[in-house]
Amino acid sequence: MPTFETFPMPDAGEGLTEADVVTWHVAVGDTVEVNQPLVEIETAKSLVELPCPVDGVVSELLAAEGDTVEVGAPLAVFDVDPGGSPADDAPVAEVPAAPAAPVAPAPAAAAPTPAPAPAAPPAKAPAASSPAPAPASSTPEESGAVLVGYGVKAGSAARRPRRDERVDPIGGIEDVQDYPVLAKPPVRKLARDLGVDLTTVTPSGPGGLVTREDVEQAAKLASGRVLATYPGDDQPWLASGYSTDGGRSTRVPVKSVRKRTAEAMVSSAFTAPHVTVFRTVDVTETMNLVARLKADREFADVRVTPLLVVAKALLLAVRRHPEINASWHDERQEIVYKHYVNLGIAASTPRGLLVPNIKDAHRLPMKELALELQELTAQARAGRTTPGALADGTITITNVGPLGIDTGTPILNPGESAILAFGSIREQPWVHEGEIQVRWVTQLALSFDHRLVDGELGARVLADVARVMNEPGLGLVWG
Amino acid sequence: MEAHGPLSDEGLVQMLTPAGERVEDERFSSFAAHLDADDLRAMWRDMVLVRAFDTEATSLQRQGQLGLWVPCLGQEAAQIGSGHALRPSDYVFPSYREHGVAFTRGVDLPEILRLFRGLQHGAWDPAAHGFHLYTLVIGAHSLHATGYAMAMDRDGLVATGDADRDGAVICYFGDGATSQGDVNESFTFASVNRAPIVFFVQNNQFAISEPTTCQSTVPIAQRGDGFGIPSVRVDGNDVIASYAVSQWALRRARAGEGPVLVEAFTYRMGAHTTSDDPTRYRTKADEQYWAERDPIARLEAHLVSLGELSDDFADGVRAEAKELGRRTRETVRSWGKPPLAEMFQHVYAEPHATVEAERAWFERYEASFADAEARA
Repeated sequence: MPTFETFPMPDAGEGLTEADVVTWHVAVGDTVEVNQPLVEIETAKSLVELPCPVDGVVSELLAAEGDTVEVGAPLAVFDVDPGGSPADDAPVAEVPAAPAAPVAPAPAAAAPTPAPAPAAPPAKAPAASSPAPAPASSTPEESGAVLVGYGVKAGSAARRPRRDERVDPIGGIEDVQDYPVLAKPPVRKLARDLGVDLTTVTPSGPGGLVTREDVEQAAKLASGRVLATYPGDDQPWLASGYSTDGGRSTRVPVKSVRKRTAEAMVSSAFTAPHVTVFRTVDVTETMNLVARLKADREFADVRVTPLLVVAKALLLAVRRHPEINASWHDERQEIVYKHYVNLGIAASTPRGLLVPNIKDAHRLPMKELALELQELTAQARAGRTTPGALADGTITITNVGPLGIDTGTPILNPGESAILAFGSIREQPWVHEGEIQVRWVTQLALSFDHRLVDGELGARVLADVARVMNEPGLGLVWG
Repeated sequence: MEAHGPLSDEGLVQMLTPAGERVEDERFSSFAAHLDADDLRAMWRDMVLVRAFDTEATSLQRQGQLGLWVPCLGQEAAQIGSGHALRPSDYVFPSYREHGVAFTRGVDLPEILRLFRGLQHGAWDPAAHGFHLYTLVIGAHSLHATGYAMAMDRDGLVATGDADRDGAVICYFGDGATSQGDVNESFTFASVNRAPIVFFVQNNQFAISEPTTCQSTVPIAQRGDGFGIPSVRVDGNDVIASYAVSQWALRRARAGEGPVLVEAFTYRMGAHTTSDDPTRYRTKADEQYWAERDPIARLEAHLVSLGELSDDFADGVRAEAKELGRRTRETVRSWGKPPLAEMFQHVYAEPHATVEAERAWFERYEASFADAEARA
């Protein structure tokens, strides 16, 4: 049975829409071979010779020389099985064509074929949708392909029938929520260092880029410490806030250091059962020691304070009771005992409450400890505390004394199991050697994690700190 | 031909004359001295097969089966010669006309046509063949190639003395690409970093329709001088000389001695692409002059003069070529439409929110058509 194949006008360039037939090299009835010259056509670009696509017999030539034929319209029909017996309803196959030119800006010249072009994103070029598959005998719709310099023919595009018109235009994709924040790596690092969440920063750079200034501004606002003074109470009271209730209150979004402090405190307070023990102690000898060290030439360039002595006292107590210097690992159900002391000092900084720590404080002689303490304090005040200084603390001191407070019940720094509060030192009447005398007295409070520290251990640690404060000479014995 | 200038034969390394006579080159003959008749026959076979494939692909475009084709007609010697000098440890950055080099790297030729039928952006595994995907942007891949070469150096894959381990990058582009900023930046980086890379320029004399004389007043190879990159001009229609010069350059690069610029002076016997009509910008006389310098005919004449091309062998190769043409045609015509989602793949290595959103949108959009099932 004869099998007919239709050869549609190909796009011999990129995105051409039509071509003129110049010369036929074959006639109806000719036996042809694949790739033998079939016809010469002239496109907008050049004269092109089309090779025959099949082996067979020419059964129809559908355009005369001089005719203009649109790309995709049938050009010739071949019988590719001429040996078969004739049949009236012989099927007409089509030569499947390439879906589209790969480099055309829009779908190129989709022929009316069983394998039509996959359309390019149609919303960008709605007129460029490929025509619906059409029977070989029908007039094909023109491709809407655009070739630079040629333009599109008006009204030439066909629309595929829509079942549902409600699909959003592709522009809606701009709203993707987890679109990544655009920022250069150094700016990302700055944000990390300053504790600024980049997703909360309003970008001012080109193309939505978060700039260094944006981050610095966000950090400044988030600190909550930048007090703005305004003439009227209808203005936000804090620079990062906004006023509500007719100007009677200011709301500040919780973020950055404030947010992390809150999370850490809540996590600590509600996972570690806190117990706090107190001890009031005569620290007159500590005050004498501080006075002597201040006069010491070796300590001339170091700031000597009672905090230094309490730090040393705590280190000595940890040395005698190392189990206090530990961490509860909930996930692995392990208690991690540290063989080193990274001594945290709670500090009020321009960025909020931070707890930087002195690395390997247990190894430091008095003077080095004093130097480290001084450096840590200076950095905290300047707002230059590094992320490294905040990591891996093992035990902490919170020095509430300078604020005039006697004591408190401190909340553990997460991941640690003890924190020592050091209250203010006052001259008070005190029974000393059987007599009431005026002595320097302070209060110490130690909070500990009762999951791993029993009351006795906590009490012994606090008692040892108090004994050293009371009689610093014990350092010679225990050190 | 002028005595000087970009189209002169100044300094051209040649080992096979257009008539097929073997001539010696003082500097480079030793790099091809080991080639025996089997090697030359293998090169001849490769060139014949690649030309058959190339011719078939051009026809397929004219029959509406490909959106576009980029013929390499006339450039087979430069490609097969340099391709034969490569080792498995080397890595190739082609532009889009390196079908001959692809063949020497074991890429199944019809697979190349997936790109030109608009089905895929690239259809072979670059790592498996040491042959990168085609780059359509002129010269852009020279930067990738230079970076890749610098990385090979840092990974200890150069100058170790272990012949199986040491490798180099070869980057192919044309005369027009040497006018691009990317290529000049690559020269700078390659030079100062002593990158193990061979820049292989096939000077086919036209950047589409723009002749080389409009791009340079000196031979392209001389451009290496300003960057401190040693350069060689070789007759790109001479497969033996192309092989020898590539051997020298690649060995040098693999040994850690830095980049080389090779200018293979050749002629694009066909159109720039099937969208181009070269009769508009060059003469029949020009085409005739270069047809007499056909790279395949030249090697064929040499093998015949040696009595090393038997009819049996030649007929076998021609039958193989015909079969490759037939297989190419049938393979291409058997290809269906790729699944819709495929165009969104390989955009990023990892899932990407925007691409994902676009894919989902496009699926919804396609499903909104009444004829969606028929097209799915």
